[in-house]
Amino acid sequence: MAYDKTLGELLREQGITRRGFLKFCATTASMMALSPSMVPKIAAALENAKRPSVIWLSFQECTGCTESLTRSHSPTIEKLIFDVISLDHHHTLMAASGYGVDEALHDAMKENYGKYLLLVDGSIPVGNPAYSTISGVSNLDQLTEAAKGAAAIVSIGTCAAFGGIPHANPNPTGAVAVSDIIKDKPIINVSGCPPIPVVITGVLAQFLTFGKLPEMDELGRPKAFFGQNIHDRCYRRPFYERGQFAETFDDEGAKKGWCLFKLGCKGPVTYNACATMKWNEGTSWPVESGHGCLGCSEPNFWDMGGFYNSLSTPTIDIAKTAAAGLAAGAAVGVAAGALNRRKKNKAAREHETVTINDLEKGAKS
Amino acid sequence: MLEHMATDSNACGEGDIFTGNVAPILNEIRHALQRLLDEDQTTTIDLRGIPMGPGEEQHLESLLGTGEVTATIDAMGLSTVIETSLAGVWLVVHRNDNDDILGKFIEITRNPTILESQTEDMHSALERLPGILADYS
Amino acid sequence: MTSVEFLQWVRGPGLAIASIIFVFGMTLKVLEIFMLGRKKNLAELRSSGVKEGFRTIITRFGAVDRFTTRRTMFTHITGWVFHVGLFVAIFLLTPHIELFKSFLGFGWPALPTAIVDFVTVITLITLLIILFHRITNPVLRYLSVGEDYVVWVLTFLPMLTGYMAYHHLFFPYTWLLGIHILSVCILMALFPFTKLTHAVTLFFSRWYNGYMGGQKGVKQ
Repeated sequence: MAYDKTLGELLREQGITRRGFLKFCATTASMMALSPSMVPKIAAALENAKRPSVIWLSFQECTGCTESLTRSHSPTIEKLIFDVISLDHHHTLMAASGYGVDEALHDAMKENYGKYLLLVDGSIPVGNPAYSTISGVSNLDQLTEAAKGAAAIVSIGTCAAFGGIPHANPNPTGAVAVSDIIKDKPIINVSGCPPIPVVITGVLAQFLTFGKLPEMDELGRPKAFFGQNIHDRCYRRPFYERGQFAETFDDEGAKKGWCLFKLGCKGPVTYNACATMKWNEGTSWPVESGHGCLGCSEPNFWDMGGFYNSLSTPTIDIAKTAAAGLAAGAAVGVAAGALNRRKKNKAAREHETVTINDLEKGAKS
Repeated sequence: MLEHMATDSNACGEGDIFTGNVAPILNEIRHALQRLLDEDQTTTIDLRGIPMGPGEEQHLESLLGTGEVTATIDAMGLSTVIETSLAGVWLVVHRNDNDDILGKFIEITRNPTILESQTEDMHSALERLPGILADYS
Repeated sequence: MTSVEFLQWVRGPGLAIASIIFVFGMTLKVLEIFMLGRKKNLAELRSSGVKEGFRTIITRFGAVDRFTTRRTMFTHITGWVFHVGLFVAIFLLTPHIELFKSFLGFGWPALPTAIVDFVTVITLITLLIILFHRITNPVLRYLSVGEDYVVWVLTFLPMLTGYMAYHHLFFPYTWLLGIHILSVCILMALFPFTKLTHAVTLFFSRWYNGYMGGQKGVKQ
């Protein structure tokens, strides 16, 4: 594998013209949510960028993130894998099988120690490591070993970033996020279930272009993609302001494309790029297709009180708790009332009549 | 593109929802065009960074219309460069080998950079010319 | 604790604790008041007093006489404005109605968010004016105890945090929504044990005043 050649050299060798390169830079800038005025800088950086080795480990996951990535359209997956990065290990996508897989992993780790980019999808079971093993090696051991030589770690998908669905209550496997285990490496969370493919490649492109991870939010997500609130960027927002809501999925409001807040949309507390980047080559996104946002790029989205319950409703049974309060209040209230009554009666019984003589006596003494 | 628009509007009809972002973009274009004339400064607007409702982008494109120049570039997939009915306002659409749209930009410029011959490419052309000459003679 | 965990806590266990305290406290207070009882009225009744009781609930929304009205105009206007504002913000905003619907089983029409937003601003300003008045007016200040200021803060905070959450001011929305719900939880938990109980007891006491008054006097 040619790790020492720059990307510019590699592209020229493949007969890609400068025009093609500029086009690539323009779409890359767009993908990284950078201003078009950054294109010349990106071109200069990419020209001299070295092709990094990428190792992808899959733990407790559903392969949805890989499915998403392979549908990434800019640049195409082929371009991404063969030209821009060197994907040295990926269970699902690699040709090798059996021991060859483990060999490829160890070779890549050894050859690029300290330099490779580690991509992880899926959560790690720490309750009992046996819940998920690869070639008899627990996910926990494999992650800690691979993380040692990594330049940086990208947690792909909500499972790797925050624990995701395996972490959902009651979390039978004791699933945790990558960042719960690895503390001494830069980690970036590309959350989503799955993440927007362009966001995955965008983060890789950013690492490739600038050699470091991009600016992150409080949850370790790249701000360029997760800095915006779905609700704020939603094209249905004006209906929210006007108080026009779909009440069911097939009423007049739903047909007119009104706000989906009442149908459980979690857009107001979800940070992701769906509203602008959209899905399937910018065709549409969940809210545009008539379904509220599930909040899949947020931690614990599975336990946010139900996908179809609106955000302002409690996650507990408030009637039940209120009934408990009522029963307790009634019991204590009756008791307190009885006590007060007794006190009052006692006071009345013990009341002594005071005469003017008593008062005079009191004044003299 | 026009065909696409027609089917889209048939399919969506009343369902088209406008975010109201078209007017600010048109205003941005207006200022950029003024800047181009006054200071010879070019501007690029990335349409991906702007929220659009269903059918809204097509609406913007139809407002801009098609002008005198249409060019296609075959580099890592097709790209189309169209001068809109407004001179100096170009619509650049990049596609990959699978014809998927990679990016859509509005460029306010006399001449989109991507159309110009690139220095690096001219160098390699110069390197190739002696060979062609040798074959010819 | 991340913003999401915080929001989850206030929407779940936090709210549960607050509503238990609220319902418990209110039941306790109301029962205590009713169980105190009254001495038997030995006089001949002018009327049963029930009708007069209900009438008084309504008539006390206005002032007793013109002189009093003029003297206390400021309190009347600001009091009305912020109480109506609270009513609009609490009961006529869509997300709030959704909350009531989730445990009452029914909802009612909401006002457009922009109107509720405007009313909230008016309410916030009015509450600030009222606080200023309480502090600057020597008589009011003399009469005020610590609880009066606590109650003011308890009322002001949910309005302020709700406004901030809606406009995404200073913090990410997830934090703001969590803080807003927390401020309401605190309000609910302290409600039964402060003067805020007047929101419920005022109807009983007004009715009782009218009832007593109605019974007194000579039958015509």
